[in-house]
Amino acid sequence: MKLKDKKLKFRHVWNFPGFGGWTAIFFGFLYIPILVLISYSFNAGKFAMIWTGFSFRWYTKLFSNENILDATFNSLIVACTAAPIATIIATFSALALVRGGNFKTKEFSNGLITLPLMVPEIVTAVATLIFFAFLGINFGLINVILAHSVFCIPFAYMPIKAALEAMDPNLELAARDLYSNKSSAFRTITLPLLTPGIISGFMLAFVISIDDFIITLMVAGGGATTLPVYIYSMVKMGVTPEVNAVSSLMLCFSILVVTGYWFLNRKNNN
Amino acid sequence: MNIQGENKTQNRVVALLPLWVVIGIFMIGPLLVMAVVSLMKSNVYGGVHFEFSLDGYKQILFDTNLFGEREFNPAYVIIIGRSFVLASLATIISFIIGFPAAYYISRQSKKVKDILIFLVTVPFWTNLLIRTFAWIIILGKGGVIESSFIFLGFINEGDTLNLMYTNSAILIGLVYSYLPLMVLPIYASMEKMDMRLLEAAADLYSSRISLIRKVILPLSMPGIIGGCILVFVPCLGAFIAPDLLGGGKKLLLGSLIQFQFASARNWSFGAAVAMVLLLLVILVLFFNARINKKHRDYETQG
Repeated sequence: MKLKDKKLKFRHVWNFPGFGGWTAIFFGFLYIPILVLISYSFNAGKFAMIWTGFSFRWYTKLFSNENILDATFNSLIVACTAAPIATIIATFSALALVRGGNFKTKEFSNGLITLPLMVPEIVTAVATLIFFAFLGINFGLINVILAHSVFCIPFAYMPIKAALEAMDPNLELAARDLYSNKSSAFRTITLPLLTPGIISGFMLAFVISIDDFIITLMVAGGGATTLPVYIYSMVKMGVTPEVNAVSSLMLCFSILVVTGYWFLNRKNNN
Repeated sequence: MNIQGENKTQNRVVALLPLWVVIGIFMIGPLLVMAVVSLMKSNVYGGVHFEFSLDGYKQILFDTNLFGEREFNPAYVIIIGRSFVLASLATIISFIIGFPAAYYISRQSKKVKDILIFLVTVPFWTNLLIRTFAWIIILGKGGVIESSFIFLGFINEGDTLNLMYTNSAILIGLVYSYLPLMVLPIYASMEKMDMRLLEAAADLYSSRISLIRKVILPLSMPGIIGGCILVFVPCLGAFIAPDLLGGGKKLLLGSLIQFQFASARNWSFGAAVAMVLLLLVILVLFFNARINKKHRDYETQG
């Protein structure tokens, strides 16, 4: 047994002592703040940072806070509009860029899609603010929806592109050989196969839109407060258990969506 | 690869048109307008006069004193310098924390690897604002660290460690915000690494240290450079961490820009700083593209 152990150790020259523990610390660093936040949201006391006991009172209080309900409603309106727009644009772009072969504007279009990721978010935010101010576009939530639709495109695009690349183009060719016309081949073969990718893209765009803070803060006028912007104004006045509670709910929502995305894609890959 | 069909070019144009229009109008348009605004005279009530002026850019370096003379004003240069130093430090710390973790994850079985990488990406998809303010609970006055220190008797009740509103607090926030972006590209390049090279090096009596230094580091260099850029670039323009953890006192480039539009109402100056930030980012990305190209050339040749 001892000899076998030694042999194993010898074979695994690529295992470095201490790296496992270091990785545990790494994950601790990533997750402990989230866990602290969530556990403090169950704090009974009035002061966010001093633990006095377990209670759900801040969660129940949330549902009578009209500002929070309004902000949540605004966030949902924005995400439910911007995410589908971004997903549709991303789907068409992915079809042209992955299936369209090589063409002149391909590099340019690829660059356009990644542009929102390259430009620092604060720059996008103030540039959009100036742009809307100059054009006199001041429609509250519509401004936010426009800005989010643009910003979410690359996030919707990534999984759709990956799904298209993984798909066998011969399937559609086979359908065409069997006298299916172009649109019905697309409708009955490509689209159903692409649906998981499109749903994934939609989910990521939705999460990005719901969570976005900087662009919304700059672009939204009065009456267009979304949940992250409202949370920001609450934090600025001081951390209260109520902020912890609403923030915990937001975190859990994002984590749930992303976990759903992961399972969807894992099933797809297997 | 293509579906044989008529009107292929036409279809492509129709499919890409929404992208061109939307990004063209709502992304490139704003950036161009911002560039124009940075070259105009600022209006005290917000907005600009339509008059060419380099005041926005000059203000980054100079101030006009009581006698109407220009004199060098280091305040904004200090902010740019601080952004650079903090972004660089955050990148280095993220690398030190992230590199061993990326390596460890890449050596696990497929199943474990998938789960761990998923756990690395989860924080990235959650709200950055919320994740950052969680640190207020940890670092703040009477927060988790202070109360546990008091409990352990390291400090007296009522004493404070003054952890918040410091450069270190901002640094913690920056590392925390972008650490996953360091790990993912390093992991991607390590996963492709040929383990036989490590065995060969070990057979030739390479020590563990030189195994890392001479084999693993060079082989994962593209991922390391990618990760460093993915951390450095957003740190440079960060707004949330300096605002919440720095208390808005220690300005960075990102918070300086936001301040010009939210409170100071000096649009042309804000736009000029934003242009400087954009330029810095373009320089970094250009540098990255050149390194990548060199690496590809080297790989195809060798």
